[in-house]
Amino acid sequence: MSITTGTADAQPIVTATMPEVLSRPKFALPRWVITVISVVTFFVLWEIFGRDVNPVFGSYPSAIFAAFLDIMRDGTLVPAFFESCKSFVLGYVLAIVVGVPLGLVIGRFRTVEAALGIFVTAGFAMPLVALVPLLVLWFGLGVMVKVAVVFLMSVFPVCINTWVGVSSVPKSLIEVGKSFVAPDHVIMRRIIFPATLPYIMAGVRLAVGKAVVAMIIAEFFTALSGLGAIIINSANNFDTATMFVPVVLLMVMATGLTGLIGIIERKVAPWQTELSGRDSA
Amino acid sequence: MGQVAFADVSKWFGLKVDGRIQGVQALKDLTFTVEDKQIVALIGPSGCGKTTALRIAMGLETATSGKVLVNGREVKGCGHDRGIVFQHAELLPWLTAKENVMFGLEMKGMRGAELQDTAMKYLELVGLKDSMQRRPHQLSGGMKQRVGIARALAIDPEVLLMDEPFGALDSQTRETMHGELLQIHSRTGKTIMLVTHDLDEAVLLADKIVVLRAGQVQEIVQVSLAREGFDLAEMRTQQAFAQTRLHVWHALHGDTATH
Repeated sequence: MSITTGTADAQPIVTATMPEVLSRPKFALPRWVITVISVVTFFVLWEIFGRDVNPVFGSYPSAIFAAFLDIMRDGTLVPAFFESCKSFVLGYVLAIVVGVPLGLVIGRFRTVEAALGIFVTAGFAMPLVALVPLLVLWFGLGVMVKVAVVFLMSVFPVCINTWVGVSSVPKSLIEVGKSFVAPDHVIMRRIIFPATLPYIMAGVRLAVGKAVVAMIIAEFFTALSGLGAIIINSANNFDTATMFVPVVLLMVMATGLTGLIGIIERKVAPWQTELSGRDSA
Repeated sequence: MGQVAFADVSKWFGLKVDGRIQGVQALKDLTFTVEDKQIVALIGPSGCGKTTALRIAMGLETATSGKVLVNGREVKGCGHDRGIVFQHAELLPWLTAKENVMFGLEMKGMRGAELQDTAMKYLELVGLKDSMQRRPHQLSGGMKQRVGIARALAIDPEVLLMDEPFGALDSQTRETMHGELLQIHSRTGKTIMLVTHDLDEAVLLADKIVVLRAGQVQEIVQVSLAREGFDLAEMRTQQAFAQTRLHVWHALHGDTATH
């Protein structure tokens, strides 16, 4: 019983095969090629100019790579890496598990916002480094203190982004839920949460960097294990090349993780990337 | 069966101007009825309170005094007996056209095959059978509004409330949608309350036009247009069209005394 429409706003032509003009490749460098060229250029320049610097004051890629092979061979790097990862993953996941629901609740309910919002805002600006010694007293020198530091550093960006996301959900979309008599929990789950998802993902992405820094700070203070310990120990021995190994490794790891989150973001919130036109990677 | 009755509905807003709260009266003693299967248009300049009246009928806002009755029951909040079509469609951007229609149905408790079939049936009714897997940003303005209409109709409400549903569309699309709305109305027999600022739209579609000025009913105009075949071009040539249009125009401009 479909309606025959007039000329205006008629159904667009839908064909199974794409017209050739659309499938023709455009002559532009893919983004990843540009990124690779940029990174290679950076390392080449670093290699050329880094060699002229006193090895105590700086280092260069090939020396760092040699140091990397050294500590791989003597078995210090791999256990340290996993040690660090353990606290990183635990603290980071905990931050998401706590930060997202907290942000949703703060953003949704005015009373909760008035009561707890100020702590989250203040917590975001908390000089955590100053508090690490205290946390060491509370949690000891084990994995717990590192988890706590990573958690405290990454929970706030996740929470604040979620909160901002909820506050910017258009009132009109919530009214759609109300008009169809959706209960509050359904509005939360099926309207507010998906509308907030892009903000949540942005917070989760920001938190990666925060969590990496937090992990190293924690290991500096405990200085017994993990990648932070390698940094501290090699710095104390003026072994700058070895010190750079975990630094570079962490940056690679964080970049990879951020990229991975970007992929997840496109999977869970595809409409967002399509809307902003960033789809063509 | 769907009848809407406004009985002495008034609405006050608190408006903060220069740090002081001023009371603004959006609606004053609004009284009129929408009879079963009728299309009634609420027309008036922007700020006259017509959208507020519709939102009160939907239950999205409450009247300061007076009441709205739908089939004799007083409106207290939203209900499945009323379906609303928003000015900008307000589709959920993460859902496909079909899922958007299904959303309303699911809220009504429908599940399984019936849910799928009903959503498809109404998308077919608005002529979007081939585009139901598209997301809102892949639809044109007119198509989005059709999904909005399908979503509201699918829950089989007794009254369809439409808030300037074609106001954001270009004039050609609007004309097409007018014809379609008349067809849908004749097919489903729904009672429709339509808010608009478009004089032609009101005269072409409505059986009765309620002219609002500054929150008050200025005049209620009966429309007697022959709508056979829903030929809008032909309807515009009728004498009744020109007469009613002129009459409502005068009412809108506040000089009913001459008529």
